[in-house]
Amino acid sequence: MSATPWQPTADDFAKAESRGDAQRIVRPSISYWQDAWQRLQRNPRALVSLGIVVALALFTIFGPWVWRVNPAAQDVDQISAGPGARGSGRIVEPYTAWAGVTVETLPTSGSAVATGIRLAEPPTTHAVRLVWDPAANATGYHVYRNISDPKASRALGLPLGDILDPHRVSFEDRFDLEAVPYWYSIVALDAAGAEADGYAVFEAEPKLVVSADEAVARGWVADSSEARVGDAVELPYHPLGTDYLGRDLLSRLMHGARISLFIGVVAPLLFVFFGICYGSAAGFAGGRVDQVLMRAADFVVALPFLLFMILFRIAFGIGPGESGVFPMLVALVLLGWPSTARLVRGQVLQIRNEAYIGASRLLGAKTPYLVFRHMVPNTIGVILVTLTFEVPRVIFIEAFLSFIGMGVAPPTPSWGSMSNEGIKTMLAHPHELLFPALFISVAVLAFNLLGDGLRDALDVRLRGRE
Amino acid sequence: MLVYILKRLVQGAVTVWFIATATFVAMHAVPGDPLRGERLANAQIRANLEARYGLDKPVLEQYGVYVGNMLRGDFGLSYTQQNRRVNDIIREHFPVSATLGILAMAFATAGGVLWGALTALYRNRLPDAVIMFFVIVGISVPSFVVAAVSQYALVNLNTAFGTSLLPVAGWGTVWHMLVPALVLGLSTMAYLTRLMRSSMLDITQSDFVRTARAKGLPPTRIFLKHQLRNAILPVVTVLGPQIALITTGGFVVELVFAIPGLGRYFVEAVHQLDYTVIMGTTTFYGAFLVFMVIVVDVLYSFIDPRVTLE
Repeated sequence: MSATPWQPTADDFAKAESRGDAQRIVRPSISYWQDAWQRLQRNPRALVSLGIVVALALFTIFGPWVWRVNPAAQDVDQISAGPGARGSGRIVEPYTAWAGVTVETLPTSGSAVATGIRLAEPPTTHAVRLVWDPAANATGYHVYRNISDPKASRALGLPLGDILDPHRVSFEDRFDLEAVPYWYSIVALDAAGAEADGYAVFEAEPKLVVSADEAVARGWVADSSEARVGDAVELPYHPLGTDYLGRDLLSRLMHGARISLFIGVVAPLLFVFFGICYGSAAGFAGGRVDQVLMRAADFVVALPFLLFMILFRIAFGIGPGESGVFPMLVALVLLGWPSTARLVRGQVLQIRNEAYIGASRLLGAKTPYLVFRHMVPNTIGVILVTLTFEVPRVIFIEAFLSFIGMGVAPPTPSWGSMSNEGIKTMLAHPHELLFPALFISVAVLAFNLLGDGLRDALDVRLRGRE
Repeated sequence: MLVYILKRLVQGAVTVWFIATATFVAMHAVPGDPLRGERLANAQIRANLEARYGLDKPVLEQYGVYVGNMLRGDFGLSYTQQNRRVNDIIREHFPVSATLGILAMAFATAGGVLWGALTALYRNRLPDAVIMFFVIVGISVPSFVVAAVSQYALVNLNTAFGTSLLPVAGWGTVWHMLVPALVLGLSTMAYLTRLMRSSMLDITQSDFVRTARAKGLPPTRIFLKHQLRNAILPVVTVLGPQIALITTGGFVVELVFAIPGLGRYFVEAVHQLDYTVIMGTTTFYGAFLVFMVIVVDVLYSFIDPRVTLE
């Protein structure tokens, strides 16, 4: 295959037509922030996190206005109620005493355990009234109550009654009754007063009842004339259930968010601001001042952080009625600033020697202009990223300290102190730990991923790293 | 090198002295009284007790005695547990915490290096995604939640099987240590995995790996000898601060799993305001952490020959 060589003609050497717009940039120039925002929008993980952060902020700020339940109010009828549970009660006559049941003749042969256990009347939270047939040769009975079936393992539970009269074959339980199933065990006593091996088990589930006066006292009805005997009343609704003192979990989570996120956002703002001032002062001053300032920062870094947080808390000795938020803020600011100070100092030192700063200075720019036109825009991105990463760290610290009882003092709710309370009832009522733990985890996760996204979007040098 | 170590040790000693002083000041700033109880209504008993604990002396003299005793390694007597020395408490409970911490650290570093290397090998494939999901969970879930959830799971597992597969709480055998150590090391493991992954990815693109590949070395050899050994270096640098995290994280894990370690003892002492125990254990912990950071920094120069200590 032979290629024909190119044969130029005279036209090819004609003077080219000059087009004025060849050098023009067609695409509109976008600012640093527009660029960053566009990058962030292309990152779905960061966008979702941003959405979660905004949702948490709305939950914290507007939640207590929408869900107006007092976080300290106790709903004693629904203690440790599960999520979504909504009980109802019935209004009955006020409690009246019960004489009980006695038998004249005692059997000398037959069953050695009490048989025929029955209820004298339907069980209510006012009283559970048990009656049984006497056991052979019994000198008395012990009555136990458990919240699970004792089965064969003799896990009888709470000792309730000690009946020393063999003629008495009834027992009235009025002890701390809730609307949950109970297993009553009745153990006969022998001639020596010792418990027999066998025992009879009876299951009863009391219904929630209140008298008219109680209903008024608990705020279920306006006044006792409205409360007629036999009426059903709905109990307060708790979407996420209640804690071990019967306090509404949703409301506590909202008020707890105010504490946890307040510390989580305000403390980093304060110490990052202090770090910026400190670091830029060191960076600008340079020389000996810089060395002394940075040595001091190194020293603070060397201190074990959490130990000192605990020490501060002890030193402030929080008195009654104080929440302990302020001492924690002070301690966080005192211990948290060095990392930002180091970062800003490094940035200042680096940017100070950049060629564009020198060029600007050569053109006669004054220091304030340099700072606000070049230094601040070039460091603000890095600082914003640091700030975003400090927020989850501080939320963690608050949760950790509150969990070991060294943070926010009860009854002030915070996610950490709620977890601390929840873990005690974890095996029976996992939701009391689950919800605060979930909120801590989601908040920390969202801020971390948002920080990752912001770093990718704002920091040109770190772009593409993982 | 020796000069460097000496310099660091002196710096560390100053830090420890500061920690000791800060604890002393903090404890004396607490409103209230270390000697409480109705017994103390009697002025003679109170005077005797004050003399026993040296509280009758002026504060500055107390401070002098405190620093002097500390230099001799004596932390004094406990306030709430009569006749028990703080040194005995530390000697008795610290080995438990140390065992747990070492085990957790071993779990964390081994796991972090292994998972990090795996994610880098399977970059952007299924194993990577699965492991990185757990890493994110490990970083964002607080350790007390992990501890509580694993304990809850253990209880339910034991009930389901009808036998005690693993003890739910307590201390004594290796089986008691496994779950708490894993829980304690989890967040560090997650952090190290992330670090190891990015460090591995950096190394994979480096010149010497390309050269090794070009001269025909087998991939396993490149992986083990060239990539892994170099990628571990950044992991070693963060071990010092991570030891501090694991030590303080032990407070929570020891509380949840009822482990008789120094961390749980410290938290209890803080709640009971047992002054000498708080001062002693804080200073001890502070000295331990400062020392560990120095050890890790010195070790680093042995691992990485490019680093010279000055």
